[in-house]
Amino acid sequence: MASVDFVNVKKSFGSHPVIKGVDVEIADGEFVILVGPSGCGKSTLLRMLAGLENISAGEIRIGDKVVNRLAPKERDIAMVFQNYALYPHMTVAENMAFSLKLKGASKAEIETRVKPAAEILGLTPLLDRYPRQLSGGQRQRVAMGRAIVRDPQVFLFDEPLSNLDAKLRVAMRAEIKELHQRLKTTTVYVTHDQIEAMTMADKIVVMHDGIVEQIGAPLELYDQPANLFVAGFIGSPAMNMIKGRLDPENASRFIALDGTVLPVGKPVEAAKGKDLIYGLRPESMRLDGSGIPITVVVIEPTGSETQMMAKLAGVDVACVFHERVAARPGDIINVAIDTRSTHLFDAESGRRL
Amino acid sequence: MTAQILSAVFTIIIGVGGCVVYFWTANRLLDVIFPSRGVSGAAAIDNLRRQGYIRPWLFVGPAMLILAVYLIYPVVATLILSVHDRTGQNFVGMANYSWAFGDREFLQAIFNNILWLAVVPAACTFLGLIIAVLTDKIWWGNIAKSLVFAPLAISFVGASVIWKFVYEYRGEGQAQIGILNAIVQYFGGNPQVWISTPFWNNFFLMVILIWIQTGFAMVILSSALRGIPDETIEAATIDGASGFQIFWKIMIPQIWGTIAVVWTTITILVLKVFDIVLTMTNGQWNSNTLANLMFDWMFRGGGDFGRGAAIAVIIMLAVVPIMIWNIRQANREGGGH
Repeated sequence: MASVDFVNVKKSFGSHPVIKGVDVEIADGEFVILVGPSGCGKSTLLRMLAGLENISAGEIRIGDKVVNRLAPKERDIAMVFQNYALYPHMTVAENMAFSLKLKGASKAEIETRVKPAAEILGLTPLLDRYPRQLSGGQRQRVAMGRAIVRDPQVFLFDEPLSNLDAKLRVAMRAEIKELHQRLKTTTVYVTHDQIEAMTMADKIVVMHDGIVEQIGAPLELYDQPANLFVAGFIGSPAMNMIKGRLDPENASRFIALDGTVLPVGKPVEAAKGKDLIYGLRPESMRLDGSGIPITVVVIEPTGSETQMMAKLAGVDVACVFHERVAARPGDIINVAIDTRSTHLFDAESGRRL
Repeated sequence: MTAQILSAVFTIIIGVGGCVVYFWTANRLLDVIFPSRGVSGAAAIDNLRRQGYIRPWLFVGPAMLILAVYLIYPVVATLILSVHDRTGQNFVGMANYSWAFGDREFLQAIFNNILWLAVVPAACTFLGLIIAVLTDKIWWGNIAKSLVFAPLAISFVGASVIWKFVYEYRGEGQAQIGILNAIVQYFGGNPQVWISTPFWNNFFLMVILIWIQTGFAMVILSSALRGIPDETIEAATIDGASGFQIFWKIMIPQIWGTIAVVWTTITILVLKVFDIVLTMTNGQWNSNTLANLMFDWMFRGGGDFGRGAAIAVIIMLAVVPIMIWNIRQANREGGGH
């Protein structure tokens, strides 16, 4: 096991920069997820760590070793690919044993490594099958087994769950997390799915357009998004954003463009007079007869909660109530805003205030 | 010249037009006999079902008829001829076959054919594979591929004429115009009469077929190589495989089915090799093959329908199992796993 460091890492394809200077420190044994929309450079960064792409500038370290110029096999890493990348002409056991065989391990040694890995993943009855005879979830497990058998310093996962159906994805999510808790191997995991990131990671790295937007623990990103991008990317339904300014007389009053007044949890005197964006999580509203009126547009009861699209201060906002709401589209209901979870962003720079 | 072009165009129009007219008329007739409109609902459904049952036969019919006349009938006729004497009149049982297996020339042809079978498919597939892999890695790969592929467009006879010049021998004292002899002479060797050197001349003839067929193997294998998922190769790289190991343990096994199809396709071609032998040596100097021997007995000097037919049957028996396997393999490749 080892730590992983990215130091001002850059990558260009031709003259087109895709990674524009990334610094990330990953501690030994940590489960880190790189998340961002497609094209943000997260997969490229992972492939650079794996040694499948070369590094244009900067330094990548695994442990104390700079790996910039090392071949993939010298980096002591194992990777799980999005399409599993199983060798179709080999059985499950052979797939898992391939790397050991290349190293010249004896039959007995291969057996002692493959068997426990297969046991952990529940693959023992499938060892003699070929990949084409397996379901998606089983193939995914074989791909993980292939990685576990190598007992590497670092596990790399490249969107491993995106080819699975929703139900299986949730199950595999828990399985991977449990596996990490058992093996405690440093893991770098790439996904575009922020829910995957939130549920699995010790630390999330949010990437956008080749740069790191924010690094932090899942709830840290949720509670304290550093900028509008992170605020909008993390959380589902996404944070509501309302344009406006602070009341020049009273910094704890936010005045939306249509004049609606919204409460501010942490007033920022310096922000007076600036164009601002007011961030409001869908679940930080609760029904309150004396609160702010909103107009119901769509209501979606799911049983455990009620999701709603409504008009607040002239814009569409998503709301989630943890109670049942007896309202119909067109109705006006009153809500109170939980001031502990309101956010203010500078409209120009997008930074949190 | 103009007259020929005109007659060719005319023939194409008649041929294609004839097909169009046939299919259109047959289809129309079916609609008239079993109408699906203007009749009661139940009758329309009945008629549609009848149409669906008959239409495939109408469309496939002409092809089946032509196949029967030009393929099945000759096979049956050849089988019958092979158990008759040279005139095709008197029944002689298996005499032609027992003659064949005692005939020195026939055994020589069998031996040569086996030699061709051992060398040509292997050489074409191997070279095709190597070229396909290497041309993928260089910027002028596509140019190289086109050059390797070009001979496939040349007829066997045309290719043989080209190679006749390559192997050309001029008597001592004369300037050697064949490039092979010119090279040999340049390096101080003695010019050889390549195509009349028994045993080795077989290989000089094989080179021609290899030259033609490598392009075929290359194209098919190249597309198969492209079909290998990159991720499996990347996974093998991370697993610690060297370039050589990736090629043999990851890439080759994944295109094994295609290699087999290429190999057997060329094998079938080799079993029937005729034009090259006819054009280059006409089977002289111990270079005969079965197909050329058959032609000799059937239509030329031999003039023995029975023996010619017997040799044809033997070639067919050799081809059929490979053909069946080849078609099965190709279907499996095409139909996925």
